[in-house]
Amino acid sequence: MTALSDVSTHAMAIARWRISEVAFWVLALACAFLFPSRYLIMTDIVRLGLFALSLDLILGYAGIVSLGHAAFFGVGAYSAGLLALHGIINEPVIALVAAGLVAAVLGFLTSFLVIRGVDLTRLMVTLGIALLLEALAERFSDITGGTDGLQGIEMQPILGLFAFDMFGRTGLFYSLVVLFILFLLARRVVHSPFGLSLRAIKNNPLRAAAIGVPVNRRLIAIYTLAAFYAGIAGALFTQTTALASLDVFSFERSADLMLVLVIGGTGYLYGGLIGAVVFKMLQELFQSITPQYWLFWIGLVLVVIVMVGRARIHRFVLFVPNLIIRQLAGRKAAVAVPESDAS
Amino acid sequence: MTIALETRNLEKSFGGLRVTRDLSLKVMQGARHALIGPNGAGKTTVINQLTGVLTPNSGRILLEGHDITGLSVHRRVLRGLSRTFQINQLYADLTPLETIGLAVSERMGRGGDWWRRMGTRDDVNAEIAEILSRFHLLDVMTELTSTLPYGKQRLLEIAVAIAAKPRVLLLDEPAAGVPESERHDILAAVAALPRDVTVLLIEHDMDLVFSFADRISVLVNGGLLTEGAPDDVARDAQVRAVYLGEAADA
Repeated sequence: MTALSDVSTHAMAIARWRISEVAFWVLALACAFLFPSRYLIMTDIVRLGLFALSLDLILGYAGIVSLGHAAFFGVGAYSAGLLALHGIINEPVIALVAAGLVAAVLGFLTSFLVIRGVDLTRLMVTLGIALLLEALAERFSDITGGTDGLQGIEMQPILGLFAFDMFGRTGLFYSLVVLFILFLLARRVVHSPFGLSLRAIKNNPLRAAAIGVPVNRRLIAIYTLAAFYAGIAGALFTQTTALASLDVFSFERSADLMLVLVIGGTGYLYGGLIGAVVFKMLQELFQSITPQYWLFWIGLVLVVIVMVGRARIHRFVLFVPNLIIRQLAGRKAAVAVPESDAS
Repeated sequence: MTIALETRNLEKSFGGLRVTRDLSLKVMQGARHALIGPNGAGKTTVINQLTGVLTPNSGRILLEGHDITGLSVHRRVLRGLSRTFQINQLYADLTPLETIGLAVSERMGRGGDWWRRMGTRDDVNAEIAEILSRFHLLDVMTELTSTLPYGKQRLLEIAVAIAAKPRVLLLDEPAAGVPESERHDILAAVAALPRDVTVLLIEHDMDLVFSFADRISVLVNGGLLTEGAPDDVARDAQVRAVYLGEAADA
């Protein structure tokens, strides 16, 4: 029956790897070898990319807006820091997963607050949760080190084999491997029936329920998974910098993340990664020109993107990158600017 | 004959406004039952209570003898009660293939599969192919729903409801807004619905109602005015007065 083979071919074609996707990852790996003097900034980009991937999972696929995603980043960061500092789990990879799981538990518990209500409610609830955690971390300074942060974290070699070096080489490759593995997992998830049901919920929650999708259960699941990802990003931060201070919970961190997705676009997984690269490059560029006022220029870029519209910028200014994005995303390059990005 | 869908003394008010008044309705197994009434009679409110979007203030709803009054929307669907929407409520960014695929997956209880890629289960694929071809959607299955002609969207609307394999199907004005040229496909699709599926049709279009229904309930001001076979309803003086007034001569 030709209709049947048509259906299965088309259904599976959506999840097929494109050449441009392979090129993206080869390029990422090549950069790690080509610029040995830039390990630290590249690690920074990889971490931010993973963090943005986490937000993309809930924003781009399930339509949940959040201004407090740093809550999970922070919990992951402190968990990893405390585990290493007190020698509870010395092996970094196991500690990384453990920190992610702690963040996931928090994500699961807070998801019940977040799935109620609509966009504005969600923005406020997520923001509130992050502020609460920041205040708690400051209050319990005997555990968290307060404003000084956790001091004296010493990282053991990864898997007992690869020691962290002072140039950040191990840190970069470690972060890159973690990002790639979690990306593969995310890619698998969004192309599954589960991922499809999330897109249906984002499109029309009423109709999703009317064909039998348990809307709340699906939202809780993806929010928990996203919290796990953010927790891993936070743990990577602590493990590669040997630092954890109160600013891991900061509002700026959550807001920057929105900015990354505004730049990169949502709903095709690469938006967070591309956005992270562009955001960090812009930050570097502006900081080298005007160290004090770089925020002015970032602000200007944000206003221009939102006012002119990414679609138009892509067409005229970023013609070539947009070609790549379209290749990566296929025809479903959902690069609409979320309304909440006006913040 | 068994009763497929039943409401008992259903009441719903919005503030001081009684939108559903003591409504007791019985839809028999395999029936082609139509619910008609003038604008503002409360037809949509009834549908929303039947499907679980709204909770009645009092009264009960029974599906095949089981009380479903307290069940959530998606649980009613899994119990075999499915609906179409008056205004298209489709997924603009999804293709017909994905839309039907999702409905079939959810019904089979595979909608939560997060590790399996789509298109890898033959039983799901076979059913998607069958539904897409039955509703003439195979040729447009990879196009975004938002770009489809309106008539195709209406067909998809019915196809999605059918993909949930309902035993009771609520059709909310299936032909509303469809241009004359595409109407035939819709009417044919409605007429070709499997006989064992009980259908409750909510409709304005009297031609469609009288050609399709074997039983008609007339709703006025939230309450049941009369009920009976199409011929009896058409002859009913009360109905002609409040509702059919102008349509009865046609």
